Amino acid sequence: MYRGGEGQLSFILHRITGVGILVFLFGHVADTFLVGFGPDLYNHAMAIYRLPVIRVLEVLLAAAVLYHALNGLRIIIIDFWPAASRYQRAMFYAVGVVFLALFIPAAITMIRPLFH
Amino acid sequence: MKVELRIKRFDPEKDQKPRWADYQVEVEPTDRLLDALHYVKWYQDGSLTFRRSCAHGICGSDCMLINGVNRLACKVLVKDLGRRITVEPMRGYPVVKDLVVDMEKFFAAYRAVKPYLINDEPAGPRERLQSPAERERYDDTTKCILCGACTTSCPSFWANDDYIGPAAIVQAHRFIFDSRDRGAAERLEVLNQREGVWRCRTIFNCTDACPRDIEVTRAIQEVKRAILFQRI
Repeated sequence: MYRGGEGQLSFILHRITGVGILVFLFGHVADTFLVGFGPDLYNHAMAIYRLPVIRVLEVLLAAAVLYHALNGLRIIIIDFWPAASRYQRAMFYAVGVVFLALFIPAAITMIRPLFH
Repeated sequence: MKVELRIKRFDPEKDQKPRWADYQVEVEPTDRLLDALHYVKWYQDGSLTFRRSCAHGICGSDCMLINGVNRLACKVLVKDLGRRITVEPMRGYPVVKDLVVDMEKFFAAYRAVKPYLINDEPAGPRERLQSPAERERYDDTTKCILCGACTTSCPSFWANDDYIGPAAIVQAHRFIFDSRDRGAAERLEVLNQREGVWRCRTIFNCTDACPRDIEVTRAIQEVKRAILFQRI
C-alpha cells in the first residue's frame, strides 16, 4: 500500500462510494422495472425496502451519496481554479466537517423509526 | 545509531519473484538513506543494485519507494525514517534488478510531449526576450529533474501504464506556458488523447512525492484548463 496523504484517501473513498452508488442504481432500476409485471410483484419488492437491515443499508447509501457529492464539489473547485490545489487538504477536512454536520442528523432521522 | 534496512530485492537470473532482504547498518542520524545503501553495497553485499549518479538531489537517478512513499534516497535523512526502513523499487515499471526499474516508457512519454522549444519564427539579432512575469508563469515546472517520483506514485498510472503520467505533463507545461514557444497546440493535442491529462483524478500523490516541491497536480490542472477553454 502506497502511503499517500489526504488526497489519496479522498480518491479511494470517492471511488468506493461511486461504485457503491452505481451498484445501488442497478438494483433500483431492476425494482422499478418490476412494475411492468403488475402491482403485486412491485409491492412485494417494495416491501423488502422496509426491512430494518435495508434501512441500515439506506443510511450507508445516504453517507455514500453525501460524501461523493461533497468531494465532487471539492474536485470541481480544483478543476476550475487550479490555484485551489494548494488548499486541497484543508478542503478535504472541510468536506469531512460538512459531511458530519449533514450526515449525523440525517442518520438519526432515518434510524429513529426503527425503534418505534 | 543502528538501523535495519528491509530491501525488496529481485535478481532476474535467480528469483522467480521479489524477496525481502534485511541488513543491519550503523549510521549517523544525519546520514542520507543513500549512505546506508552504499554501506550495504560496499561492505555487506556487493550484489545490491540501485541507480545513483550525482547523489545530491539533482540528477534524479535514485528515486525509490522508501517507507511507502516515493523519495530520493540522496535527499532523505535516516533520522526521519525510524529504526526500520523499508526500501522498494518505484511502482509501475518493470523491475530490472533490485531497486532498478526499466524507465523506457517514462522517457517515451517525455519525448511524446516534445520537450524542447518550438518556434519557427526567425531568430532576431538578440535573444528571444520575455518579461519577468512571463518567465514566472512556468517557473515551477522548470524545476523537474525527471526522477519519476510523481508518475510512479500515481494510482491512475499504476492502473494503466499507457497514461502519459504527471512527469511528462509537467514537462509539457514548462513549454506550453513559455511565451517564446509556439508549439502549445501540438502538445495540447497529444495531452488531449485518451491516455493524456484526463486520466488524472486529482489524487495529489504526485505533488506530495515531488522532491523538487513542484505543484504537479496544479500544473496538470492548468493544462486541462488550457485544453478545455482553448486558451493559454
